[in-house]
Amino acid sequence: MKHVLISDPTLRDGNHAVMHQLNSTQIAAYCRAADEAGLPIVEVGHGNGLAAASLQLGLSLVPDKEMLEVARSNLSRSQLGVFIIPGFGTIKRDLAPAIEIGADVVRVGSHCTEADTTARHLAYARKHGKKAYGNLMMCHMASPATLLAECRKMQSYGADGVVLMDSAGALLPADVTERFKVLVGGLEIPVGFHAHNNLGMAIANSIAAVEAGGRILDGTARGFGAGAGNAQLEVLIAVLQQLGYETNIDLYKVLDLSDIAEKQVMKTVPIVRPTSIVSGMAGVVSTFAKHVDRISVQYAVDPRDLFFELGRRKVVAGQEDIIIEVAMDLAHRRDAVSQAR
Amino acid sequence: MSLPRLLDPLAPPRGFVATNLSLPRPEKLKVAIIGSGNIGTDLMMKIRRSASLECSLFIGRNPDSLGLVRAREMGVPVSSAGIQAIIDRPDLCNLVFDATSAAEHAKHHPILKALGLQVIDMTPSRVGAMAVPAINLEQLAAHQNVNMVSCGGQASTPLAYAIAQTHAEVEYYEVVSSISSLSAGPATRANLDEYIDTTETALRKFTGCANTKTILILNPAQPPIHMQTTVSAKVATADLDRLRPVVDRMVATIQRYVPGYQMIVPPVFEHNRVVMMVRVTGLGDFLPSYAGNLDIINCAAIATAEHFALCRTKKEPL
Repeated sequence: MKHVLISDPTLRDGNHAVMHQLNSTQIAAYCRAADEAGLPIVEVGHGNGLAAASLQLGLSLVPDKEMLEVARSNLSRSQLGVFIIPGFGTIKRDLAPAIEIGADVVRVGSHCTEADTTARHLAYARKHGKKAYGNLMMCHMASPATLLAECRKMQSYGADGVVLMDSAGALLPADVTERFKVLVGGLEIPVGFHAHNNLGMAIANSIAAVEAGGRILDGTARGFGAGAGNAQLEVLIAVLQQLGYETNIDLYKVLDLSDIAEKQVMKTVPIVRPTSIVSGMAGVVSTFAKHVDRISVQYAVDPRDLFFELGRRKVVAGQEDIIIEVAMDLAHRRDAVSQAR
Repeated sequence: MSLPRLLDPLAPPRGFVATNLSLPRPEKLKVAIIGSGNIGTDLMMKIRRSASLECSLFIGRNPDSLGLVRAREMGVPVSSAGIQAIIDRPDLCNLVFDATSAAEHAKHHPILKALGLQVIDMTPSRVGAMAVPAINLEQLAAHQNVNMVSCGGQASTPLAYAIAQTHAEVEYYEVVSSISSLSAGPATRANLDEYIDTTETALRKFTGCANTKTILILNPAQPPIHMQTTVSAKVATADLDRLRPVVDRMVATIQRYVPGYQMIVPPVFEHNRVVMMVRVTGLGDFLPSYAGNLDIINCAAIATAEHFALCRTKKEPL
């Protein structure tokens, strides 16, 4: 039976859905239930990972250190995962303390064409005996051949695996199949997929990834994640079971976990809202959603226009500051047109 | 915490050398550049326009590197011997630009110090005194080793300093820079941690605020994006009316040595923070104009070196 490694970033990606306001009680409750359900990896932190708490992206209610300590003390079977993007988090200030607290799995992220920025962070995690994965964000923005070249760099830095992140939820199943065929054929390490549901494709895309040889999938309870959310964990486990994949996760317990998550962790369950659909079509990272909602009101511009214009500007993950500039630009242009009339 | 303040935040900037000065100059300051990557080669090209600097040696490690080839074509003396070139002939220069990497500079520093050479360090090594010409040009000449912080540091600290001058209570400063992937060479990519550490240290030093954060983003878009830097501050009460003229003056000061420095979002109050954004268009010397990040740190270094040249002329009239 084919095995799929499931990693659960509910407490990391889901933090986007609540502007990084998850509290210690919620983290503890979810970790206990996830551990009970046998989730192999539970990822915890600010939505953009270590040291990403900022005015740019949103400040965290709970500091990184405390989130990890709470998670660590409530996980026994499950491994504790952290996410770090070089350019946000540094080895000395952020990664070393996270490993000290007890992170078992380190995911090092970069934009899909910038893998060489992950070399030192991946090497550090490996040197300290941790599982190290390279995550390529916004993977709809690069061709399969470019992605393969970038993944090969991460492989050469010692990554235990690579994960394509469809950060904008922009891919369709055929796009995923095309990418995974090239990557699985050209790499010696396992390849994984992290879906977003902007176009309602999160489960279909995740399945396309494993059907093309992918061996790692990310799923979050009720899909709790940025924008329209991620691949819904409990659905993913059920569909994988139907297709004959082994995940070593107890179905009833993961279903229970999702109920616990809905009751205790989330204010609202993610749904595919109009702005998320537009965000997926425009290929703009899902994490922009709440910022676009706020700024489009302040500058009285249509959030859909804002997303499409951001897409034309080819912004990448972490560039939330550009939203204000683009909103002001749209407002100026609109005012110029109305004056001309 | 006490903070260095100008007596009058609106006073005109002092100490900058007019580069197109038509007066005859006694002798140009001889400078060596070590490091033949993007930064070093661009510096070499900018120095050729300077009225007070002369590149007497351009040093790399690979004789066939693009930088050394370019320097040879331009008639600049070159060496591929690395730091040894300076050890062998320390008399060839009075000032060294180190455009290698933070780790390399840590090795070069004691050697250059022992040779009695003044150094402008382009790497985020944090060895020397932090130099941001728009803020502290006149205090730099006394230092044997000055550090140009980082591209994001050059773009942001003057604006953060302007906020510090006009706001009594600032809880936190944050700087986010986006640069084109094409403008980030291998040393930049390997030094992201040092970039963050150094830029945050400079923000603390120049604002007196203990709580700072720096973020750097590489964007591969085609056509390439120009460098953009956003400065945010959490303030008790925003005073934009006081801040705006001080920021305008600061921008004008920076434009004297970085012509492509442009405010694209003037100070606004949004989401409980003061925020402003600048874009830096480069002069297009070695890399095209999108590489404003390369341009701003190099223009700042040239302004610093020209100031050193001026100080020496005053001290030792020929």
